[in-house]
Amino acid sequence: MNVLYFAWLRAKVGVGEEIVVAPEAVTTTGALVEWLKTRSDGHAQAFADLKLVRVAVNQDYVGWDHPIKPADEVAFFPPVTGG
Amino acid sequence: MIRVQAEDFDPGAELAAFSAGNGKVGGICMFLGLVRDYLGDHPGQGAGVSAMTLEHYPGMTERQLAAIEAEARDRWPLHEVLIIHRHGRLEPGERIVLVATASSHREAAFQSCHFLMDWLKTKAPFWKIEHTDQGDQWVAAKDEDDDAARRWTR
Repeated sequence: MNVLYFAWLRAKVGVGEEIVVAPEAVTTTGALVEWLKTRSDGHAQAFADLKLVRVAVNQDYVGWDHPIKPADEVAFFPPVTGG
Repeated sequence: MIRVQAEDFDPGAELAAFSAGNGKVGGICMFLGLVRDYLGDHPGQGAGVSAMTLEHYPGMTERQLAAIEAEARDRWPLHEVLIIHRHGRLEPGERIVLVATASSHREAAFQSCHFLMDWLKTKAPFWKIEHTDQGDQWVAAKDEDDDAARRWTR
């Protein structure tokens, strides 16, 4: 699974993109976050407050109960500030 | 039409070309967004912005902007829509975003342009980091932008 991080989430995690193989039990975006938090202190810090994090699967906004598959592109980022 | 680019653009030239040759267009509304120096908002406190960098999510940005354009075209009778959004490093006073809408009548042009900006602010995956004399700082999303987008919920 291709996981992307943007803005301050990228800074905290330390990379903008990583390819991960999550355990089979990880079937939703919320479960993926809980698993990613165990990977490093940076991951744990990035996901410390999920109210500040948005998630997209295959470039569409989704919620924390959205199903994920190994071939998905999952992106985490803060609320947007363009315009 | 959606354009996401690092380069500057010429609003006058864009406006002139926007609806050229389309005789059905009776009114155009254009919004132009600029980089503001935040020091002017809070004189005497906080850091002055020397520049900012706009990061975005290539692919999702175009996808979300296209969805926003489609939503506007669904709600109003529009002949043309143009959204230009820049990314990369920008100095105060530089142009960031242009939204233009063309319709047969002014009300649809005004409303859809307002709608496009409000939705773009809360849905297009761009993030600003300000470079100030006190270091770099990611810009936090504003509640009033969420409120502005919510008024178009139906």
